[in-house]
Amino acid sequence: MKIRIKFAKQGSMKFVGHLDIMRYFQKVMRRADVDIAYSEGFSPHQKMSFAAPLGVGLISRGEYFDIEVNSTESSGRMVDRLNAVMVEGMKVISYRLLPETSKNAMSIVAAADYLVRFRGEAKPCSGMEEHFREFMSQDKIEVVKTTKKGESLADIRPMILAYDVTDGFFLKLATGSESNLKPELVMQAFCEYLGVEQKPFSILSERLEIYGKGEDGELIALEDFGENIWES
Amino acid sequence: MSNLALSDDILLSIDKPARYIGNEVNMVKKDPKAVEVRFAMCFPDVYEIGMSHLGIQILYDMFNRREDIYCERVYSPWLDLDKIMRERDIPLFALESQQPIKEFDFLGITIQYEMCYTNILQILDLSKIPLLSKDREEDSPIVVGGGPCAYNPEPLAPFFDLFYIGEGETVYFELIDVYKENKKRGGTRRDFLAQAAKIEGIYVPSFYDVSYHEDGTISAFVPNHPNAKQKIIKQLVMDISDTYYPDKPLVPFIKATQDRVVLEIQRGCIRGCRFCQAGSVYKPVRERRLDFLKEKAYKMLKNTGHEEISLSSLSSSDYSELEGLIRFLIEEFKGKGVNISLPSLRIDAFSLDVMSKVQDVRKSSLTFAPEAGSQRLRNVINKGLTEEVILKGAKLAFEGGWNRVKLYFMLGLPTETVSDMEGIAELSEKIAELYYQIPKDQRAGKVQVVASTSFFVPKPFTPFQWASMNTKEEFLNKARIVNAKMKEMLNRKSLKYNWHEADVSVLEGLLARGDRKVADTILYAYQSGCIYDAWGESFDNEKWERAIQATNIDMDFYITRERSVDEILPWDFIDTGVTKQFLIREWERAKEELVTPNCRMKCAGCGVARFGGGVCFEDKN
Repeated sequence: MKIRIKFAKQGSMKFVGHLDIMRYFQKVMRRADVDIAYSEGFSPHQKMSFAAPLGVGLISRGEYFDIEVNSTESSGRMVDRLNAVMVEGMKVISYRLLPETSKNAMSIVAAADYLVRFRGEAKPCSGMEEHFREFMSQDKIEVVKTTKKGESLADIRPMILAYDVTDGFFLKLATGSESNLKPELVMQAFCEYLGVEQKPFSILSERLEIYGKGEDGELIALEDFGENIWES
Repeated sequence: MSNLALSDDILLSIDKPARYIGNEVNMVKKDPKAVEVRFAMCFPDVYEIGMSHLGIQILYDMFNRREDIYCERVYSPWLDLDKIMRERDIPLFALESQQPIKEFDFLGITIQYEMCYTNILQILDLSKIPLLSKDREEDSPIVVGGGPCAYNPEPLAPFFDLFYIGEGETVYFELIDVYKENKKRGGTRRDFLAQAAKIEGIYVPSFYDVSYHEDGTISAFVPNHPNAKQKIIKQLVMDISDTYYPDKPLVPFIKATQDRVVLEIQRGCIRGCRFCQAGSVYKPVRERRLDFLKEKAYKMLKNTGHEEISLSSLSSSDYSELEGLIRFLIEEFKGKGVNISLPSLRIDAFSLDVMSKVQDVRKSSLTFAPEAGSQRLRNVINKGLTEEVILKGAKLAFEGGWNRVKLYFMLGLPTETVSDMEGIAELSEKIAELYYQIPKDQRAGKVQVVASTSFFVPKPFTPFQWASMNTKEEFLNKARIVNAKMKEMLNRKSLKYNWHEADVSVLEGLLARGDRKVADTILYAYQSGCIYDAWGESFDNEKWERAIQATNIDMDFYITRERSVDEILPWDFIDTGVTKQFLIREWERAKEELVTPNCRMKCAGCGVARFGGGVCFEDKN
């Protein structure tokens, strides 16, 4: 059975990196006695894969990973069992059964929502909301992207799928293997547009949700690919 | 969520910020205001090393079982954070409450190796606790030292208020109760130390005066306080199946050196290797019962979620129920995705059988620790392992599919000659030849024999505590002799030889057998910038050499000089149970190349039988 788990990562847990979060959940599976499936071979490992790594320093209300299990209790019971062995700052939000044919989370990730705020005194200027709308009305937003091959100029405007500035900066950004944009890069481009220098560590970003593409190309929250398991 | 001691911008600009945030699985949470005694438990090295230490896990669990005590942890900030904390004047804090160490009642530091001594001063300094005990204020934490290096506490004497000699499970609660009573009475810091000095195993260095002969040796070591005991007797747990051991060890977020459940199967060692301090000071051997270990294995795996369990002891092959334990672990956990990591077992049919079950033969290597290259020198050091046994084990293993062998040796052992050194290459060669005697179609490619040598450092409370230690030049010259001989061997392409840097070993020798005068050198070295001396990237030998010179330390006196057995040694006031007469006898027997049988074969009368338990009383019930 394929299961998709949604979790939140808050507070000081933002300093724990992606690889360590993977190790953390491997141990969670054992502490909560989840009947997870193992690979064959001399040193078997748990069948577990994460949707999209979250950078150190970011918090999240919508992280995902998939597991395979041999047996399971209801979604409600499993969420409780997992949360009984969590540390402060980590919380399991949903536990859903995926159709047998579904692809793993990582391969279908297409977009993610972020909420970005400037920390207290780090605001680059006043009236930022209006400036941001102007910034977004440009045809092109070119930034220097550093890759393994060197630096290149990229237009990030098409990768910003939606935005809202009524309460902080809400950004819906292309995410995944095909096209990937981080909120820090948007804010950096915005500061450059304003002509102000962005102080290091001046923003705090929270990932709110991760989406995959449905059959008609529509964005669907990853948890909605699965269904709750009810008590029998 | 509690606030962190470090701001986001600091945590995001340093390596591995998860070292400093606490909040790990099984961390104990208490309200610091609701307890009477706050204890900061410190391992003075980086988090990943400190978190791997079993002793702290045991004591953390033990202290926190008491409602009136909150035990928290602190490790050395890594070099990047160390710099920031000094620049921005941020006090060192405990991981649990994230509050300054200076506010605690106790700072307990485990002293596991000599090369962490400057890190102890780093901890005190960053905590804003005066480095010298005599300069501390009434509200400074009481600084306690423990662990193996506390068996010669003298080079650290001025930095500690008291030392705890022996196993932590025994008199800590007594010490804390004395502290509480003293606090209630409104007693001073000195009043507390005076009461503490009465407790068995507690050594208060400021209550003793040392005087020296003109040649630098000690003329007298005398108490200057009525409560100070003449002898400090090592404290130990006699029934180790009925004592503190955690059910819920802490699980770090970042990968620690020991990222697994550790099952301590026994304490002490029956073998009397004459170079080994642990084997001497942890006597007598005390085994844990199988049912105790089974129960702990279940609970700890369940509560940590670790995917691996390993056994810990000085010589696991000597644990009398080893077969039963290993069979249990394999049957119970192997099918559940739990790896079983075996310590270096004596290579025989049984160990090869279990090793082939729990690890991939092609990827693992065999380990032997002959320690010396010739039988003569192995007799000197009382290492029971013979060439015959090594070759027999290697043959069995080669037939079982292994083709990699690791050999560990020491250079600089007492009475060592060139032929002992060359014996290292010759033994390596014999093992390689043995492999090639197997028909070609039955062996798995080439054999690889890796011999490594470390430099011998004489340690207190061993029969070699009086021995001369080699200089750096002598050490390196010996390594060159071994290396040259390796190159002459027929199968040299299958042999590999590694040796260590000698600078650190020589310094370790100074600190291991140092007296109170060496404290000035440690302080000088720290103040000129030495920390993390156990780490190649930060060890600065030149600074140490300057410190040695500036504090008038004669290295020949501490390193190369053979001590007379009549001399008062700096650690003589500690009684580990092993008598000095026994150590002298063993020192004589070493020179005569005589082997002393192990504790199970024949009691050698070392003296620890007076503790009334362990191997000394096996089969005598």
